[in-house]
Amino acid sequence: MALRGKLEDFGITQLLNLINLARKTGTLYVAGSDKEACLCFREGKLIYVSMTGVDDYLPVILQRAGIFTEDHVRMIRTNMPGKPDQDIAKVLITSGHLKQQVLLRHVREHILDLVFQVFSWNQGTFRFEPSELPVQGRITTSIALENVIMEGSRRLKEWEMLSDELPDLGIALKFAERPTTPLRDINLSVEEWRVISFINPRNSILQIANYNNMDELQIRKIVYSLLQAGLVEIVHPPRSLSAPVATPATASDKDAKPDPQAEPQMRRPAVKRGIIQRLIRRIREL
Amino acid sequence: MQTVKMIVTGPFSAGKTELIQSISEIDVVSTERKITRESERIKDQTTVAMDFGRITIDEDLILYLFGTPGQKRFDFMWEVLSEGMLGFVVMVDSTRPETFREARRILDTFRSYSPVPSIVAANKQDLDDAWPAEDLRIVLRVEPGVKVVPCVASDRESVKKVLLELLYSILELMDAE
Repeated sequence: MALRGKLEDFGITQLLNLINLARKTGTLYVAGSDKEACLCFREGKLIYVSMTGVDDYLPVILQRAGIFTEDHVRMIRTNMPGKPDQDIAKVLITSGHLKQQVLLRHVREHILDLVFQVFSWNQGTFRFEPSELPVQGRITTSIALENVIMEGSRRLKEWEMLSDELPDLGIALKFAERPTTPLRDINLSVEEWRVISFINPRNSILQIANYNNMDELQIRKIVYSLLQAGLVEIVHPPRSLSAPVATPATASDKDAKPDPQAEPQMRRPAVKRGIIQRLIRRIREL
Repeated sequence: MQTVKMIVTGPFSAGKTELIQSISEIDVVSTERKITRESERIKDQTTVAMDFGRITIDEDLILYLFGTPGQKRFDFMWEVLSEGMLGFVVMVDSTRPETFREARRILDTFRSYSPVPSIVAANKQDLDDAWPAEDLRIVLRVEPGVKVVPCVASDRESVKKVLLELLYSILELMDAE
């Protein structure tokens, strides 16, 4: 009988732990809030993962790893139409284009990338079908789950921390007026440069991620490191006028034109200056 | 009779109740309950609704001090408490770095409720392992315009200084307009 349940009740870590300890063979189907994944196991070891929206055609995996170009992928599609990954791998290895270890390393990294994404899913459903292994023609590997669970848990914590630090990707960023680190001392990665090139109070973090084809974890990591380095600052969105009930707009507020790029200004409380002075006098006397 | 209010907020066990108790002319109306969660057993009691202190300014003006519950699960009350505040104090236990991130979240949250002046009170500065106020400014990413004041919540003079600095910030804002 298939194991079924909700991720809210039984999380990925617990599921993988169960599969590992029980040395299960079969496929775990996971439906998250916007994606689905299928994770295949043989005797408690992870052998294959696929996910909706992620092309797992071997040449595309190798293109993402920087081994192939788009032209290579197009050429293989044209010359080996409909061939399964295992056949493509054989040709690549026997023709000397790629060593077997290199190919397996990239497939393994691809599988791990996907499984670590699944770790961040905390809502959805799962179903484990014993003995079902839909991996015909695919390149499989054999990954011990202990390390996956440990690394996944570590990444989950990191994900939670980053989500806490940057809860809203709809906010924008701007360059710090006075960076804490001298610019000449900064070494940025290619990805960081790609993000930096889009820093503008008009671009939200989510838009920057979309422009650069980055997932939420990647963009959060980069933005967090840029914030920590003091290179960029968050531009808080203009506040809704309905929110501060007790601080009615003054005449000057009404006349002011909104500046979408300006940071929200502190607003004085709706009391007269004399009241503040009376408060100060009294507290000094206490 | 006119009343005005200030909010004292901050993470769990930052010293909010103690600050209000040090300055209030009435016994603080405090809704404290025994702590049942092991993870929160740093002190025996905590505020589950709010603290309420009062300072009579003169015959027709009263300042109320409201302390918010520090535990995250009561944060639904914050917005209600913040309505109409003159300004707010974010208390931080300077000896507990594990609460600094929460303090920053609270600072941002209260700002989003109402952009009135605020101040950070770096509490427990009398303890050896207290982080200096200026270090707290950096880790909490407090902007230059917001004061970070060293504080000992049990010391009335220190509490007076915190409240006065907040009032000075309000005056400075009024002068700038």
